[in-house]
Amino acid sequence: MTLARQPIAGPGLEEASRGRLGRMRRYLVLPTQDPFALVGVAIYILFILVALLAPWLATHDPLEILFLEGGKLARSVPPGAEHYLGTTNLGRDIYSQLVYGTQGALVVGLSAAVAVVTAGTVVGLVAGYFGGWIDNVLMRLADIALGIPFLPFVVVLAAFLRPSMWNVVLAIALLLWPNSGRVIRSQVLSLRERAFVEAAVVSGASNAKILFVHIAPNILPLTLLYGSIAVGWAILTEASISFLGFGPSDTITWGYMLQDAYASQALSRGHYYWFVPPGVCIVLIVLAGFFITRGYEEIFFPKLRD
Amino acid sequence: MSALVEAQDLVKHFPVSRKIGQVLRGEHPAVKAVDGVSFAIGRGENVGILGESGCGKTTLGRLLLRLITPTAGEIRFDGQPLAEHSGDALLSFRRRAQLVFQNPFDALNPRFTMATSLAEPLRNTRVPAKEHQDRIRTAMRRVHLPDVETYADKYPHQLSGGQLQRVVLARALVVEPEFIVADEPVSMLDVSVRAGILNVMKEIGEQMGLAAAYISHDLALVRYVCERTLTMYCGVVVEDGPTEEVVHRPQHPYTQALVKAVPVPHVHQSREPLPIKGGVPDARNPLSGCRFRDRCPYAFQRCAEEVPPLREIGRGHRAACHLLD
Amino acid sequence: MPILEIEDLCVHYVTPQGVARAVDGASFVVEPGQIVGLVGESGCGKTTLARAIPRVMPKSARVAGGRILFEGEDLLALPARRMNAHRWKKIAFIPQSAMNSLDPVYRVGRQMSEVLIERGGMDKRTARARSAELFAMVGIETGRLDDYPHQFSGGMRQRVAIALALALKPKLVIADEPVTALDVVVQRQVLDVLRALQAELSLSVILVTHDISVVAYLCDAVVVMYAGQVAESGSCDDVLARPDHPYTMGLCNAFPDLARSQGKLVPIEGAPPSLLDPPRGCRFAPRCPFRVERCDEPPPLTRMRPGHRAACWRSGEAAALRIRASRTDTWEQIGARVA
Repeated sequence: MTLARQPIAGPGLEEASRGRLGRMRRYLVLPTQDPFALVGVAIYILFILVALLAPWLATHDPLEILFLEGGKLARSVPPGAEHYLGTTNLGRDIYSQLVYGTQGALVVGLSAAVAVVTAGTVVGLVAGYFGGWIDNVLMRLADIALGIPFLPFVVVLAAFLRPSMWNVVLAIALLLWPNSGRVIRSQVLSLRERAFVEAAVVSGASNAKILFVHIAPNILPLTLLYGSIAVGWAILTEASISFLGFGPSDTITWGYMLQDAYASQALSRGHYYWFVPPGVCIVLIVLAGFFITRGYEEIFFPKLRD
Repeated sequence: MSALVEAQDLVKHFPVSRKIGQVLRGEHPAVKAVDGVSFAIGRGENVGILGESGCGKTTLGRLLLRLITPTAGEIRFDGQPLAEHSGDALLSFRRRAQLVFQNPFDALNPRFTMATSLAEPLRNTRVPAKEHQDRIRTAMRRVHLPDVETYADKYPHQLSGGQLQRVVLARALVVEPEFIVADEPVSMLDVSVRAGILNVMKEIGEQMGLAAAYISHDLALVRYVCERTLTMYCGVVVEDGPTEEVVHRPQHPYTQALVKAVPVPHVHQSREPLPIKGGVPDARNPLSGCRFRDRCPYAFQRCAEEVPPLREIGRGHRAACHLLD
Repeated sequence: MPILEIEDLCVHYVTPQGVARAVDGASFVVEPGQIVGLVGESGCGKTTLARAIPRVMPKSARVAGGRILFEGEDLLALPARRMNAHRWKKIAFIPQSAMNSLDPVYRVGRQMSEVLIERGGMDKRTARARSAELFAMVGIETGRLDDYPHQFSGGMRQRVAIALALALKPKLVIADEPVTALDVVVQRQVLDVLRALQAELSLSVILVTHDISVVAYLCDAVVVMYAGQVAESGSCDDVLARPDHPYTMGLCNAFPDLARSQGKLVPIEGAPPSLLDPPRGCRFAPRCPFRVERCDEPPPLTRMRPGHRAACWRSGEAAALRIRASRTDTWEQIGARVA
């Protein structure tokens, strides 16, 4: 074992405002310093607000088939004062669909992200800390999950269960946890060797105590980082599934809108006002996740800064 | 009076991943970190374990605290074999034997305040809560940080290296141990700060009657704090004796080279070539007979054939060298 | 003429907390063929200064003033291309843990030849021959040119780093903590190699270290730094035996000496000042046992004896102060002051 014998310069005494409160403040203050994180957080906040205020923001019921004065179907009306983003070929208000679609997107995105990240973290912690056969078994499970092709699995799942939003979430959770799981496991492996963990063992701490008190909190930043990315990824995945027609049929999501637009040949008819907005929203939210990750990565891993 | 810590033929091998050929031949290559070590530490005795990196001293320290278990051999603490402890007996051992770490910046959880870190050993070893405050206060006073309040809410990054190491020391003392293993306790501190920590450690050793094993590559440090010194080379003890004897009249050629190699803060010092040949000991394949023979200027035939036993050569002074017969 | 003259050098780091004045007015001189030890504790600015000379500083560092005269030419005023030409050929820099800066996927001989070809303009064959020569110089068998870095021990890798630095026969070598991470036996061997090379090639060397014993073993002259400034400089013998600055006096007390009988080690209580907001006067004053009112004014680096400079108002009384400094109670009373 090599010994680093170079004396380390400790920081001088600093204000007591650092520490837990200070850390919280740093997280909140970051967006003002990093333009990317700022944009990311702003986008998230915007979408969350839209989702929460959907009933008030939407102008019509998204699934209601609307008629013009005179009784004609409000088919493929271009954007205007009455319908901000126009209507679909069946007379439904696109703007309202987009607004309500935000709810669907966020619910799917957040639930799937939480599920994936929780599964990944728990597996990573257990496999990394205990090692041995537990580690082997869990990592083989991870290999299996990674080996199963995603879309076909969703298709099969949809065939057995009713196509619904929760099946999408389930599929994502079942197959995508290894990504975060593996990274967290390797982080745990290195944390396990740290001096303060050894100190805990020497002072008599039980395994459970070490895992939850010493190791898990130091893993949390990674978990949050993966969570951010997972949200965008889950939404993208849901959109793909819906686009292929295996998505939920009872809720409006952006993916549903895209599928609907495609099936109604909106592309060849030039009805850009139908398929562009949901596409843009998906891109924005995925970008937002990425920007936030990039900004907070530097807080969590300060060595990257130099 | 029996010794507090006794090591008997201690062996620790770390298996290494095997190549196909080795698997087929039934070989089990391993890093033989500790390869047959026997010694005893009496109550209140300060023993230095001296050696360069890779000699096995850190592994030995961890064996003594049962952080890892030996491949062979036995360690007895206060007469009881360590390997048999579990549950309550193990917790009781943890209350009596503690560790001081090399890196003060890493030895404390960066998310814990000093107060939390100091109380942790007390909580883990189930010391009643009402005693916590007093014990922490006493320990902090011993390390010359009497103003517990000023430090209680601070986080590791707010303190200097010297202060941190004192807190690490206080944390070890909070359970009122009888035995401390200190692994390079000052190597990561600035020089002007080291003296302070070493003085505190000496004082504590005397006041509390602590037995201690100081693991270091720094001969000057070991000489300052320890009455007795063991020199390790490639997993075995090559010399064991009173520190002043070992420093001024080293008997083993490795110790002799080690002593000559240490520079002193004066311009007028010996710059003669060291009586040691270049080469790095290979812990996977230690040499037959005496492991030091490929670097020893005095090696002869017998050194390759026979392992020199650790033999008594003076009062309380043992060395493992055929030259001393 | 000195080969290197540092005049009032200031190097600042721009940090989120403000400007850290890592080097704040440092001056010293390196004569040709001298080994100068740049010694001080962490945060004193020695590494920053060492890196400023060949201008290999991190991005957040700015030279805020002063001159670095190499053979009479101000390096700070040079355009980047000229400076580039100086690096390796005239001034070589061995960074800390240079032994870890070898690329693990290429053979060592090849890495060496690369430097010689690209920077020295040699062709492959000459480069190979010169690499063998360099290995011999640092005491490694030339057969090992075809080994990979992981096949070398720490000490040998450090010697390879030294060989690399000497590849193009520079006049000045700056080594940043070259032996800190090495075991004592290997340390001695590397220091001996450095000494032999310096004699053979008439190099000038700046050795940055925190260990005064290493300086005493190897160096002709020493520069003691504290909190970004030079506290004392002079010949090794003079400074260590007759220090004029209280910090140097305290430092000598804090280093254990194997050759002498066991005395008590006395720490210097307190810590160096923050570089973000250093005090106006003498920076060591808060920890100094000999502090007087005058110390609120910054003491200039004055020449006490030929070749010996100290930045202390009371260096005229150094002989008396040294006697007091050798007593442990002199330093112990500071504990109350800085607690």
